[in-house]
Amino acid sequence: MTASAILIQFLNGLASASSLFMVAAGLSLIFGVTRIVNFAHGSLYMLGLYLSYSLFELLGGGPLGFWGGVIAAALIVAVFGALVEVLLLRRIYHAPELLQLLATFALGLIVKDVALWVWGPEDLLGPRAPGLAGAVEIAGRRFPEYDLFLIAIGPLVLGALWLLLTRTRWGTLVRAATEDREMAGALGVNQRWLFTGVFALGSLLAGLGGALQLPREPAQLFLDLSVISDAFVVVVVGGLGSIGGAFLAALLIAEIKSFCIGLGDVTLFGAVFSFSKLTLVVEFIVMAVVLVLRPWGLLGRAPAVARSSGAVEPPLVLPSPKLRLAGLAMLAALVLLPAVFSGYTLILMIDIMIFALFSVSLFFIMGPGGMHSFGHAAYFGLGAYGAGLLALKGGVPMELALALGPLCAAIGALAFGWFCVRLSGVYLAMLTLAFSQIAWSIVFQWDAFTGGSNGLVGIWPAAWLASKEAYYYLALSGCGLGVFALWRILYSPFGYALRAGRDSPLRADAIGIDVRTLQWAGFTLAGLAAGLAGALYAFSKGSISPETLSVPRSVDGLVMVLLGGIQSLTGPVWGAIVFTWLQDVVAREIDYWRAVLGAIILLLVLAFPGGLAGALGRLATRLSGGKAAPGAAT
Amino acid sequence: MKIMHSLIAAAVLAAAASTGAQAQAIKIGELNSYKVFPAFLDPYKKGWELALEEINKSGGVLGRKLEVVSRDDNGNPGDAVRVAEELIAREKVSVLMGTFPSHVGLAVSNLANQRKIVFVAAEPLTDKIVWENGSRYTFRLRPSTYMQTAMLVPEAAKLKKQKWAIVYPNYEYGQSATASFKKLMTKAQPGVQFVGEQAPPLGKIDAGAVVQALLDAKPDAIFSSLFGPDLQKFVREGNTRGLFKGRPVFNLLAGEPEYLDPLKDETPEGWVVTGYPWNEIKTPEHQKFLAAYQARFKDYPRLGSVVGYSTMYSVANMIKKAGAVDTEKMIAAMKGLEMSTPIGPIVYRAVDHQSTMGAYVGKLAKKNGKGVMVEWRFADGALFLPPFEEVKAMRKE
Repeated sequence: MTASAILIQFLNGLASASSLFMVAAGLSLIFGVTRIVNFAHGSLYMLGLYLSYSLFELLGGGPLGFWGGVIAAALIVAVFGALVEVLLLRRIYHAPELLQLLATFALGLIVKDVALWVWGPEDLLGPRAPGLAGAVEIAGRRFPEYDLFLIAIGPLVLGALWLLLTRTRWGTLVRAATEDREMAGALGVNQRWLFTGVFALGSLLAGLGGALQLPREPAQLFLDLSVISDAFVVVVVGGLGSIGGAFLAALLIAEIKSFCIGLGDVTLFGAVFSFSKLTLVVEFIVMAVVLVLRPWGLLGRAPAVARSSGAVEPPLVLPSPKLRLAGLAMLAALVLLPAVFSGYTLILMIDIMIFALFSVSLFFIMGPGGMHSFGHAAYFGLGAYGAGLLALKGGVPMELALALGPLCAAIGALAFGWFCVRLSGVYLAMLTLAFSQIAWSIVFQWDAFTGGSNGLVGIWPAAWLASKEAYYYLALSGCGLGVFALWRILYSPFGYALRAGRDSPLRADAIGIDVRTLQWAGFTLAGLAAGLAGALYAFSKGSISPETLSVPRSVDGLVMVLLGGIQSLTGPVWGAIVFTWLQDVVAREIDYWRAVLGAIILLLVLAFPGGLAGALGRLATRLSGGKAAPGAAT
Repeated sequence: MKIMHSLIAAAVLAAAASTGAQAQAIKIGELNSYKVFPAFLDPYKKGWELALEEINKSGGVLGRKLEVVSRDDNGNPGDAVRVAEELIAREKVSVLMGTFPSHVGLAVSNLANQRKIVFVAAEPLTDKIVWENGSRYTFRLRPSTYMQTAMLVPEAAKLKKQKWAIVYPNYEYGQSATASFKKLMTKAQPGVQFVGEQAPPLGKIDAGAVVQALLDAKPDAIFSSLFGPDLQKFVREGNTRGLFKGRPVFNLLAGEPEYLDPLKDETPEGWVVTGYPWNEIKTPEHQKFLAAYQARFKDYPRLGSVVGYSTMYSVANMIKKAGAVDTEKMIAAMKGLEMSTPIGPIVYRAVDHQSTMGAYVGKLAKKNGKGVMVEWRFADGALFLPPFEEVKAMRKE
């Protein structure tokens, strides 16, 4: 690269960093104060862009249409964010942690379908910015004027936020709440309006970030997902709650991307290496490196010990004889199912059982283990690919491949877990996400070995397992044993120690429990179980593709666990059943099925903040007329 | 669990009741990623709905009406296979059709092979679905990545440009378009050089940086397989930064209304593209289709509409020719099936089950602030397929 090329790529990076920063700053503010992982943040960005497109036309174009539209769009998104906070999130602050994540996920589904309904399926490329439509000469090259404007606006927004947070009373309160929410509340700060205000401000920034992209990026329905993952990365790399950190991280990531593109194909040690292809995953590599070296991001600090506002989880008790009987009856029903049903019911049940095992394995580390994983699909996918590759390329018999596939997942979990258990909270969650994205990108890129984006085709079970009934029993025994083993482990000394490590790392350490090693073992076990689910999935579908270890698959797992209830052993099973079944039915019957699915999840969240299992448990107690049995392992 | 069982039972009963009522209809299972790629698939759905109405109005096939059971496959192979299994096991469909992304197409083709049911792949462009992973149960309508690339190569070679830069979305379609372009260009114009290659992630192009990198590579011409939002961002940045000045650009698919229309006054003039100039095709078959489509939907057809319409007719013609709804007879009928489509006659080749559907090759221009194709000609797909021996070697049957 020549000097002028370096300069221009540097400027390109600056321009990209600005918009990245605005979205990330909003996300960071919201998380800092409300502890909400706002999955709908990308949707707010998308809304900002769509609205500014429509407002431009509505206001009759020209400078007024453009600038007025951008500002109005950001304000509308801010109002929308405030409404969401008041009408929805306020009702579930006291639910078990992460439930708000489920609510914002559902909201994202609804926003996406509403956007499709309002703006139609076609991409909408906005106008150029009036007055900034052309390019200026820099170092003999043409550089867009609008990009120069963006380069300026990033630091301006940073400065404005800094003034707001350090020089106003409101900002002081926000910082106090970020530092210690309960203490701020105890001192008489009206948290309700503070939360609403912060959510509105965060939404405003997301909306503004989106609206300002009008001349650079068409409004389209994929934006929400692509923006949200970038924003998360920036927030975490910068350090949660740190606005300056978010700016630094946005700059770092945007510059690295620009230079990867600028470098293009480079010959290293005689082999051509494509830095351009590296842009697929480079932000996640940066995040993994930063988190391994600096566990709280570039400018973040160790979070204050979070006093959870949710109900304290009651200790586990052994299931009552009645419950055991009910469990056995259900098992018997599952064994007899093929006698009554055939065909598609069995196929759907196979999917449900596989996802139940996947979801229980995620619950195992999230609930009792206290390690929130946003990248659990990595182990599902590694199990699937391990089994698929062994069967297809290794010539290994199917039965053996099915047994060995999960081991690949366990090895992956062993390696990734070693790094992950060194972190906690959202940082741990994001490191798991980073690793899963890295694994995904390798599978996605390595055409010769993994089949690249097309995946592997022709992975079928052995002849004696090929019939629906036979495979149903295989899946039932595999998933049943897997789920039972994980449950059983939670009642073993290992399980108790795992929970001790979650509830009080210090005390656990003091009585001689090696919390980290324990968590590492738990992480690996969960990976093994997820791998078994993945291997069973591969042979039931006949083909696998990188989506088995993609982010949406991980999110599905999270949704199942949270929907079912993170404080109950059977919760994740219920979650898997309801989510898979709902998706199957709703997608078949309704055109706008995503919105309907989102609305149903929202209703469930509002009605049963403790998850489906929690609700069932309460119902059971009421019916039996007994006292609330603590944590009745429903 | 109990609730779940009774619900499943109810659903099964309902399905059983509805099959009883329409016992005579021939059931076709259709699946596609409607919610993931609505820009292409909305018009596609309208296309097959129109064809279905026409077919049934004229008495159906073999004296029976056609019934299409359509499903959303959520754009991922796992869900697609489940949906296809549902169509086969519960709906008892006789034929499968549809799919859009390549990996979903391949997964459904693989399932069709296992369940021994005919699958007419409408849209997936991957070469593999008829070649490396070809199976006797799968047929594909649209011209593949290879064919569309091959249609552009003669024009590209004519320019005698020495240094080419390439930009493509980083997944199978872009990769194989690039590989085919390099191979065919090297053959057509020995000594051609490829000076820069950019592979942005699908849907996430960092257009400013990519345009700059291509400028720095100083190519004489550019070959691109970008489409959708990536294409729009690339075009705008390229226009602003002067990348396209004095540099011919070849872009697969950019002339399809789905991808051309959003460009509006940003449309880069002079680009050589494959596409579908719907308002200029004056053949009788197309006029008839156009009139019917506009009368039915009050909208103009996109390429997706043609694909949906022709896929539906392919299935109907296959059953008609087979004379029975029998998988083996339908395979035999489909091999070498000749039929007409709104954009000309096609043959489903017996050798690889690929239809010879063609595409329009032309140049982009601006007219009243909208993008159009000019100086276009129809490229017959049959002329842009590799020789039979090469195809046979690739298909492992």
